[in-house]
Amino acid sequence: MAEQVAEPKMTTRGLAVHYGSKLALKGVDLDITGGEVTALIGPSGCGKSTFLRCLNRMNDTIAEARVSGRATLDGQDIYGPGGIDPVLLRARVGMVFQRPNPFPKPIYDNVAFGPRLHGLVAEGEEMDALVRKALERASLWNEVKDNLGQQGTGLSGGQQQRLCIARAIAVEPEVILMDEPCSALDPIATARIEELIDELRESFTIVIVTHSMQQAARVSQTTAFFHLGEIIEVGATEQIFTAPANDLTQGYITGRFG
Amino acid sequence: MTATGEHHIVKSYDVELGKLEDALARMGGLAESQLAAALQALDSRDSDLAGKVMANDGQVDALQSFVDEQTVKVLALRAPVADDLRSVVAALKVAGEIERIADLAANAAKRSLVLNRLPPVEPMRSLLRLGRLAQVMVKDVIDAHLGHDADKALVVRDRDQEIDDVYSSLFREILTYMMEDPRNITPCSHLMFIAKNFERIGDHATNIAELAHFRVLGKAQLEARTKKDDSAFIGGEPV
Ligand SMILES: Nc1ncnc2c1ncn2[C@@H]1O[C@H](COP(=O)(O)OP(=O)(O)OP(=O)(O)O)[C@@H](O)[C@H]1O
Ligand SMILES: [Mg+2]
Repeated sequence: MAEQVAEPKMTTRGLAVHYGSKLALKGVDLDITGGEVTALIGPSGCGKSTFLRCLNRMNDTIAEARVSGRATLDGQDIYGPGGIDPVLLRARVGMVFQRPNPFPKPIYDNVAFGPRLHGLVAEGEEMDALVRKALERASLWNEVKDNLGQQGTGLSGGQQQRLCIARAIAVEPEVILMDEPCSALDPIATARIEELIDELRESFTIVIVTHSMQQAARVSQTTAFFHLGEIIEVGATEQIFTAPANDLTQGYITGRFG
Repeated sequence: MTATGEHHIVKSYDVELGKLEDALARMGGLAESQLAAALQALDSRDSDLAGKVMANDGQVDALQSFVDEQTVKVLALRAPVADDLRSVVAALKVAGEIERIADLAANAAKRSLVLNRLPPVEPMRSLLRLGRLAQVMVKDVIDAHLGHDADKALVVRDRDQEIDDVYSSLFREILTYMMEDPRNITPCSHLMFIAKNFERIGDHATNIAELAHFRVLGKAQLEARTKKDDSAFIGGEPV
């Protein structure tokens, strides 16, 4: 019997993005393996965030952005007629941003926001349990359990980012996109997020953009190197960081670029 | 931001990697000259020279300590990756191999002091030949490593077979002399140990060749070279 190769969780083929007349992403092919962390690295302006936003149609909210090519989730098209409904897509593919951006609401409501929007569970005991579980999985429960009515914006930066992760996982997404989630955090808060990513990998597929080579090396299984709107090299993280095949990749990760 | 440069953006990183490379070059040069001097001491029965070789061994050890400290420093402060990482890891291991080579050379010099007090024996000529083969191999393999030359490293690695062959035949030769005249047994035993030292130097040079290859190409372990030193079986058959 032939060996069963698991279908990638998400794929992109010839994925391109224009901002007005500027071509920011030049036809990217990438397979994102389920249950893994994929790290996107590359110099500033190379299109990492643009690519990430394509995966849950966040570029739709940018007026001058135009997306072409294909992207799929579980084999189903994300764009075009017959594509997944964008609201549903964003429930299945959640996002955590660079700057922690909790809503100016109580911690509880921050986490309950998505489940309420999608009518996942009833208010009361069910919602309480859901909020608690999401905060536990985001390793924040013990720190906030007695202050769930406190404003989310009143937490520390690291706590806010974990709150945003709790908010993202509360709707049980399948994929979580993270755009430089630790860039505003100190080393301890960063380590906690990294530990969290490692745990979440069991239940979610994670794609993370990071400017820290060490972070990419620590948390991901697959690494893709972007440069000028293209993927130059993609491979097992261990291979990329010990013996990259491409000179540009090597120059970038060793700090010999330019 | 398009081309990959030879130099790091942070210049002090280049300086630190350069220090490692320099220390390795000095260690390699020292080990080679220590071995050459040990051979010279054996050949000309020069006990003074042998004493110098023994005294100089400390220099190699000091350089190895420097390489140890420098690699730990670079690993901690720079978190090297890709070819930088391979260079640093290889430097640490190559320094260990060179230290062993120098140690074996010093030990050969030490045994020559005893030999110089005994009458000369014939197999010395073959022993010197073995030692020179080892010396050339050490020089070439260190050049290959410092010159990032993976092909040359593989060529040098294959030369270890020649050393093993010469060692096996020298072993037989020494046995013959010992059986011929019991008075030869003491000098021949020392010769035998020195021969083993030179054969081991070939093995360490082989290890360096593999590290040089890894450093350049990043491939994991090369296929193990099959050892054909049959001296372990000599004696169970008519010699
Ligand atoms: N809203 C926008 N309007 C116009 N151009 C944009 C817009 N967003 C991004 N770009 C351009 O597209 C290119 C890719 O930007 P993107 O933000 O995807 O890069 P990035 O790899 O995420 O960079 P960084 O590491 O700095 O976050 C850049 O040249 C950028 O200037
Ligand atoms: Mg970005």
